Amino acid sequence: MKILVALKRVADPDNANKVKIPASGDKVETAGLEWKLNPFDDYALEAALRLTENGKNPKARVGEVVVVTLGPKECETQLRSALATGADRAIRVEATDEALDGRLVAHALRAIVAEEKPDLVVMGKQAVDGDNNQVGQALAELLDWPMATFAATIEEEAAGSVLVGREVDGGVCTLRLKPPAVITVDLRIVAPASVYSKHTDKAHKYADGVRFAALPAIMAAKKKPLAVKTLAEVTGGATPTASYAKFELPPARKAGIKVKDVAELVQRLATEAKVL
Amino acid sequence: MEPLSLDALSEIDTHLSDEERMVRDSVRRFVRERYAARAGELFEEERFPVELIPELAELGVLGAGLKGYGCAGMSAVEYGLILQELEYGDGGLRSFVSVQGSLAMYAIHAYGSEEQKQKYLPEMAQGKLIGCFGLTEPDSGSDPGSMTTRARRDGDSWVLSGTKMWITNSPLAHLAVVWAKVDDGGPESIQGFIVERGARGFETPKIHGKMSLRASETGEIVLDECRVPASAILPNKRGLGGPLGCLTQARFGISWGVLGAAKACFESTVEYARTRVQFGVPIASKQLMQERLVEMAVEIVKGDLLALHFGRIKDRHGRLRPEQVSLCKRENVRTALDVARSCRAVLGGNGILLEYPAIRHMLNLESVYTYEGTHEVHTLVLGKALTGLDAF
Ligand SMILES: Cc1cc2nc3c(=O)[nH]c(=O)nc-3n(C[C@H](O)[C@H](O)[C@H](O)COP(=O)(O)OP(=O)(O)OC[C@H]3O[C@@H](n4cnc5c(N)ncnc54)[C@H](O)[C@@H]3O)c2cc1C
Repeated sequence: MKILVALKRVADPDNANKVKIPASGDKVETAGLEWKLNPFDDYALEAALRLTENGKNPKARVGEVVVVTLGPKECETQLRSALATGADRAIRVEATDEALDGRLVAHALRAIVAEEKPDLVVMGKQAVDGDNNQVGQALAELLDWPMATFAATIEEEAAGSVLVGREVDGGVCTLRLKPPAVITVDLRIVAPASVYSKHTDKAHKYADGVRFAALPAIMAAKKKPLAVKTLAEVTGGATPTASYAKFELPPARKAGIKVKDVAELVQRLATEAKVL
Repeated sequence: MEPLSLDALSEIDTHLSDEERMVRDSVRRFVRERYAARAGELFEEERFPVELIPELAELGVLGAGLKGYGCAGMSAVEYGLILQELEYGDGGLRSFVSVQGSLAMYAIHAYGSEEQKQKYLPEMAQGKLIGCFGLTEPDSGSDPGSMTTRARRDGDSWVLSGTKMWITNSPLAHLAVVWAKVDDGGPESIQGFIVERGARGFETPKIHGKMSLRASETGEIVLDECRVPASAILPNKRGLGGPLGCLTQARFGISWGVLGAAKACFESTVEYARTRVQFGVPIASKQLMQERLVEMAVEIVKGDLLALHFGRIKDRHGRLRPEQVSLCKRENVRTALDVARSCRAVLGGNGILLEYPAIRHMLNLESVYTYEGTHEVHTLVLGKALTGLDAF
């Protein structure tokens, strides 16, 4: 199986309170921010690796995982890290965040898909910076491929189809997709028994979470191929249609109050908050 | 206002390559996800988590500083960064890795025959064989030249007798690198021997009741007319320089490692001082408290710079002078111990609970102060180098 994983770097969500907005309100100040891979993309990569291996021998890829990002040169740090974790090749499309919107990213990915011809595109359900939750769906639409969003489990079947479990209100909705297809993943995709390739024994349990890049693999990642493309090469003339009007920080939260005991809490919930 | 982190204050990252940061971040994530939450409990239980050994091996940290034989071949700076992250978790975890890599594997790598390297190193890197390093004896600590363990040649074998004391990993080791005087020789006759568990007359009783490095197993090595094959000797080094050469490697790593302990104490303590309210305000808003925190931060940043400076030299020249390593070990261990004690005080009563990392690191660092050459011994090494006069 060949899988394309789309990755995006985001300002470290643990330091979200360091985000600054200049008085002009026309952008988010990115200088001095620490960058990390969008956590859902980390999960997407883990899912793709699990789908292209026998879980007992995770160092040998069965198939290929190609990672792609749109961003400035510094994003190669995140790509190298993905290569160290197990991806085979990387592609970076030169771009700045301001020059992109979800639609344009989906167009760019479509061009990359046309070239790479993966069986699956696996991506995070959303990026935690803008929380737009658009690109996966838009890409499936542009490709006219089947799609499963918010995947919590993926199982490759012997016949080549994939079963995707999606957690929905009141239960699990299971879809059977015939590749090529687009899958966006939710956080439970990295649980120990969430993803099985057809090579992995169903009794196998993965370590919970995303695998660690082994130190020798970090060194070897330097030698893995990383191709760079221009934005024009992959967008076919499409331009962003969304433009940002204004940025504002959320208002500072007012301090809460302390109640002296449970009785007072209940009384206030009933009379002030009127929720009881 | 959000507090500035130590890393942001020192901007140490600007001196690190992408690979170096990736190596650090991978080990950092491992330690925080797989070890940190259990650190207090393991300390309390006096237990090294052997179940983590395959994961440590998979990550590539065992013998990471060595080249070839299935080892990761990390640079001195990368190796230092790894140990720092490990000791952020616990000194016991770091000790396990230091002894396996810098002492046991290094001895075989540097002084062993090709057959010995092939036989042991790949499996040691994979964590299938655990090693330990037996130099210290009940009556021979800072003065290892006074050791009384002897090796006697008898036909096709060597017969070892003596007792080693305070040996990290010995209770769980599959093999021990043991240093002994050969026949009736003096310190110049000292050689290393690889003793495999199972050899008759080889025992490793565990030392109980340690109040420091409790998550690291420490034991004796009792050699009672222990017979090993002629091929067990490490052929390529004679004299006290053998074990001391290994210690120089391990000490360099320790000078990085201890800063991990200091950072763990500092970070958790700043957090505590910002939220602990006395006299109506957070204690961190008091000048006395800020002075304490500032002293700690300055010393930690200086320690980082010291370690990095000498790490770069080690990478460039392939080695450091032993005096330079003494300087790093002595200074950074003292810094870390001072920081841990100061953090313990800032935490007040909570500072004596295992729930907070300070007292655990503080207690661990008491061992680190003593092992790998005591603080005083490193003072003597430097004193001798600087004056040309031996004060041992
Ligand atoms: C947890 C732990 C793990 C260890 N692991 C290992 C291991 O894996 N392998 C191994 O071989 N050893 C190991 N050691 C032993 C360690 O290296 C020794 O404890 C150390 O070398 C000090 O020796 P000692 O304890 O005999 O103290 P001593 O040498 O008796 O020293 C006692 C005190 O006297 C001081 N002193 C000694 N000589 C002088 C002098 N000339 N002038 C002034 N002061 C002096 C010392 O600084 C110290 O303060 C370990 C120790 C500990 C605590």
